[in-house]
Amino acid sequence: MALMRKSRQPKWNRRHLLGLRELTAEEITYILDTAEGFEQVSRRSVKKAPPLRGKVVVNLFFEDSTRTRTSFALAANRLSADIIEFTKKSSSVSKGETLLDTARNLEAMGIDIVVVRHGAGGAARLLSRNIKACVVNAGDGFCEHPTQALLDVYTIRKIKGSLEGLKIAIVGDIAHSRVARSDMWAMTKLGAEVIFVGPPTLMPGQVNRLPVKVSHSLDEVIEEVDVVNMLRIQFERLGGNPFPSIREYSHYFGLTVDRMKKTKPDILVMHPGPINRGLEMESEVADGGNSVILEQVTNGLAVRMAVLFLVNQAAAMEK
Amino acid sequence: MKVILDAAQIEQTIRDLTGQIVAVNCGDADLAVVGIRSRGEVLAQRLAAQLSAESGKVIPCGTLDITLYRDDLNSPEGLAQPVVRTTEIGFDISDKIIVLVDDVLHTGRSARAAMDALIDLGRPRAIRLAVLIDRGGREFPIQADYTGYSSDAAPGELVQVRFIECDGKDEVIIE
Repeated sequence: MALMRKSRQPKWNRRHLLGLRELTAEEITYILDTAEGFEQVSRRSVKKAPPLRGKVVVNLFFEDSTRTRTSFALAANRLSADIIEFTKKSSSVSKGETLLDTARNLEAMGIDIVVVRHGAGGAARLLSRNIKACVVNAGDGFCEHPTQALLDVYTIRKIKGSLEGLKIAIVGDIAHSRVARSDMWAMTKLGAEVIFVGPPTLMPGQVNRLPVKVSHSLDEVIEEVDVVNMLRIQFERLGGNPFPSIREYSHYFGLTVDRMKKTKPDILVMHPGPINRGLEMESEVADGGNSVILEQVTNGLAVRMAVLFLVNQAAAMEK
Repeated sequence: MKVILDAAQIEQTIRDLTGQIVAVNCGDADLAVVGIRSRGEVLAQRLAAQLSAESGKVIPCGTLDITLYRDDLNSPEGLAQPVVRTTEIGFDISDKIIVLVDDVLHTGRSARAAMDALIDLGRPRAIRLAVLIDRGGREFPIQADYTGYSSDAAPGELVQVRFIECDGKDEVIIE
C-alpha cells in the first residue's frame, strides 16, 4: 500500500553527515526513504526542484575524485543550490593554508553546506566543530565515505527489497578502504552479514574487533553470498608489497568469468569505482548482467540529494 | 471535536464532486486526476474510479508529493519535519486536463506548491482544483473549481479528513 512507509518517522536532526558508525538503523532507513522521493526529479522534463534555492554548497576536495565530486555538484544543482568547486591544486592550500583557515574563509563568504574530502581521518569532524555551516563527509582518510555506503545499501535494498539476512562479501584492499568501513556499518546495522575478503596483508589491524567475518579466500565465500562488492586496489596508497604480483592477486581475489559460474544466479556485483579492469574484475563481469555498477552511480545522485536536503532541513529547524 | 461529515456523507460528497467534474468535462478525452499526498491521494483514487465508471473509460490517476515545493522549508515556523515521498504519475501530463485533488483547501499554499510541482513535470492544457472541504482562511489568491463541502472554520481550528485507507475510518472532524 502506497501510504504505508517502510520506516516510521524518526526526526532527523543532524546538521552534519560525518559517518555512518554514529547513525541508527532508523536514521539510515530514513535517508534511503527520502532518497526514493528524489529519484524521479532526475527522470522528468525539468530536472530540478527548488528546496535549496538560494543556498550555497562548497565542494571542498583535497583528494582527487570524479564520481563523488560531480555527483554532489549535480545533486546540489538539481536542488537549485549554487555550487562552488574547490580543489587543492588551484587554491591557496598549495600556498600552505590550513584546512580550518580555508574553511573559515569560505564560510566568511556565506556558504551553507561544505562537502569535504580529505586524506586525513577525522577532517570532516574537525570542520563540523569549528564552522557553522553543515558538513557532509565525502571521504576522510581510511575512516568513512558515508554517501558511497548509503548508495550501496540503497542499490541493494532497491533490488533485493531489504538487507535483512543477506550475506555480503567486500573484497580486496580493506585496510585502505573507507568505503569498506562505511559499508560495514550501514550493512550490519540494516541486518546483513558482512564478510571481509582479502589477503592478510590488506586487512586492517584488529579486524577481529569489527562486526564482520574475515576470509582469505574468495572461492570459499563466492558460492554463498548475495552481494559481492569489489574494492579497487589503491596503488596510490599501498606501501611495501602487500601481494607478490598483480597477476597473483587477480588469480586469487579477482572476480572472473569462471568464478561467476559458481555464484548464486541473482548475485549483485558492485564496485565503488574507478575499476581497474582485468585486475579486481574482468571486463565481462563488470559489464555483465549481474553488475549494478552504473545503477550505483545513478542512485548516488538521489542519495546525495537526500543528504543535502536533510542536513539543510536540520539546520533550518535549529534556527 | 465535532464530526462534520460521517462516512455516508463523505460518500455522497464525493459523488457530488464527480457530478460537478463530469458536468463540466463531459466527453473530454484528456481528463486525468492527480492527488496531493497523502489524503488527496485517497480522494483522487476514489474520484478517478467514479469518473471512470461514469465515462466508461479509464481516467488515469497519479499521486503528487509537494514537499520539495513547500514555501516553509527554510523557515523556522515550519512546525513538523517535512517528509519527502515519491511522486507517482505514470502518464504524461502534457496537454491533459489535470484535476488536482486535495482533501482540505485552507491557505492555498499547498495548491500553489502543487501547481509548481506539476508544471515541472510537463505542460498540462489546464489545471482544475477539486477539494472535499473548503474551510476558508485563504492566504493566496486561489479558489477551488469543484468543492464538496464548505465550512467556515475559525483560524485556530483544525479540520481533519480521515479515510479508511489510512486512518481506519471515513469521517471529517473539526477541533
